[in-house]
Amino acid sequence: MAHLLEVKDLVTRFYSDRTTIHAVNGISYTLDEGESLAIVGESGSGKSVGVMSLMGLIRYPPGRVEGGEALFKGRDLLKLSPSEIRKVCGREIAMVFQDPMTSLNPVLPIGLQLGESLRKHMGMDKAQAQVRAAELLALVGLPNAADRLKDFPFQFSGGQRQRIMIAMGLACDPSLLIADEPTTALDVTIQAQIVELVKELQQKLGMAIIWISHNLALVAGMVDKVIVMYSGYIVEQAPVDDLYERPLHPYTLGLLHAIPTLEQRNQERLASIEGMPPDLRKPVTGCPFAPRCPYAIEKCLQAIPPLQAVGPQRTSACWRAEELRGVHTFGDKL
Amino acid sequence: MTAPMPSKTLVEVKNLKVHFPIRRGLLRKQVGAVRAVDDISFDVYEGETLGLVGESGCGKSTTGLAVLKLLEATAGEVRFRGQDLTHLSEAQMRPLRRHMMMVFQDPYSSLNPRMTVGNIIGEPLGVHAVGAAAERAERVQELLRLVGLNPAFINRYPHEFSGGQRQRIGLARALATNPAFIVADEPISALDVSIQAQVVNLMSDLKSQLGLTYLFISHDLSMVRFISDRVAVMYLGKMVELGSRDAVFERPLHPYTRALMSAVPVANPRLERQRRRIILEGDVPSPAKPPAGCRFHPRCAFATDICRQEEPALRELEGGAVASHRVACHHAEKLL
Repeated sequence: MAHLLEVKDLVTRFYSDRTTIHAVNGISYTLDEGESLAIVGESGSGKSVGVMSLMGLIRYPPGRVEGGEALFKGRDLLKLSPSEIRKVCGREIAMVFQDPMTSLNPVLPIGLQLGESLRKHMGMDKAQAQVRAAELLALVGLPNAADRLKDFPFQFSGGQRQRIMIAMGLACDPSLLIADEPTTALDVTIQAQIVELVKELQQKLGMAIIWISHNLALVAGMVDKVIVMYSGYIVEQAPVDDLYERPLHPYTLGLLHAIPTLEQRNQERLASIEGMPPDLRKPVTGCPFAPRCPYAIEKCLQAIPPLQAVGPQRTSACWRAEELRGVHTFGDKL
Repeated sequence: MTAPMPSKTLVEVKNLKVHFPIRRGLLRKQVGAVRAVDDISFDVYEGETLGLVGESGCGKSTTGLAVLKLLEATAGEVRFRGQDLTHLSEAQMRPLRRHMMMVFQDPYSSLNPRMTVGNIIGEPLGVHAVGAAAERAERVQELLRLVGLNPAFINRYPHEFSGGQRQRIGLARALATNPAFIVADEPISALDVSIQAQVVNLMSDLKSQLGLTYLFISHDLSMVRFISDRVAVMYLGKMVELGSRDAVFERPLHPYTRALMSAVPVANPRLERQRRRIILEGDVPSPAKPPAGCRFHPRCAFATDICRQEEPALRELEGGAVASHRVACHHAEKLL
């Protein structure tokens, strides 16, 4: 079966006066229909820019998608004209952003904002759109949905606004929902509500999901597979259970051990990844993680490790991935 | 992090209230108040880390500011080493300030971009007239080393540093005058995960090295569990639970604490899929119009009539419960 989305060697860079930011450096992955994928990484890892590139959201200047292809249902998204991409993105691919306050227009009632995409993409008239908008708001669990269509964004709480954003995303029955840190601005109890909602909706509607997050713990229970990014590269990619059980890239291992778990007790120190996030202005000549990696050897500084198969459906970009199988804690000797 | 349970009280907070007036109309008449912190009492013991957790708007930051008298309390008292701070003037307060410092959440806005790192860290020394100029420069370099930065950075500006490094600068500034007590308000939440661990490790190293006492304010429960000796949980201006770290995390007594903990995701997919989450309905009510009775009752699965009418006091449970584990819930016994 053909994949729903197939990204190949995607490269995105940003240019300023003198410097070039190497934001995404040739990433490839696939996503099947109904599948859920998490892209995890810290700030500057290229996780957001990677998906924004697919949706034509990188503007030149300063940014440019410089290479690769992104086949969505067989069509290369990167070759579509701006008006064509808008059609695909409103209708078949929906995106939910981090900050629900700035993603909604503050001076328009939410019924109107929801109705806009219904009228534009689904050819509904105003009355039909209002009815459907109320249905969608009820679907995402907004109380008294029908009565609140005339309310403005400021009249809702952060969690409610994120529900409204999700309703907007779902308006046209997309086959792919991209959620870019949708719960980062929310409190944990509200975050749990939104996570449950998205899981439920995915079961009900069967769309594929790309969930972008900096939080490995958050995505653990909700996706089928995980991609870990660092410095614009995919460093590891694996089915969710395998990744958490036996990470095969030092960065993934470090990230997992940097979060204290609620079960963990009386540990003296957290495993911390020393050093600083990478400088994206300099193209790397070796493994981008090598300067912070306790397992780095000479080879790591000289050649960029390719993403290689290390098990069924899993890949790692580490020269010493096989040796890592015996390591239980970040920093332990090989 | 299992310090022997200290017992000497360093900071004592009694019936602290911080209300912010809501003013309306031409004459700015007060029509109500946001009851950000509404009658809470707790002690901070010498040498411990007290974790203060809660969601946004629960009053945890306001509590931190009021404890340092950076915000005027509406009522109640705060004692530092037995001395009541509430009625002190700014001038009377100044000599005390060098013993109690603050580390802020945002390492980007809490450092003056036009001052060098040396001046930022040295400023408290100047304000409190600690040492001569030459000694101060030396002290600044010592502080930079202490927080793991190169002393040669002394003439650089904040923009030349990453978020984690800036938070180290903020820590160095707070430590400049050798304080006993540090309020750290979400010191790691603006940082990336890999950098958070560095800063938390540094904070616990400094604590044991310098014998510091922390009030560690955070919404990140797993970090609080990791760093704290005792934990206090706040909800809508009230303290709902207070106890040793293990008691609160292993036997949470308040329904809100339980919900809060079950909402924290765990980095284990198998566990995570099986876990039964307590999903709280609705949102946190406005602190300007808190619900009558127990403030948590509209979202609580165990609420009964008494919860709607009577405000539960923060109390120790009779029998069975761990000593000094206190909870504000009418039904805590049944939840044991």
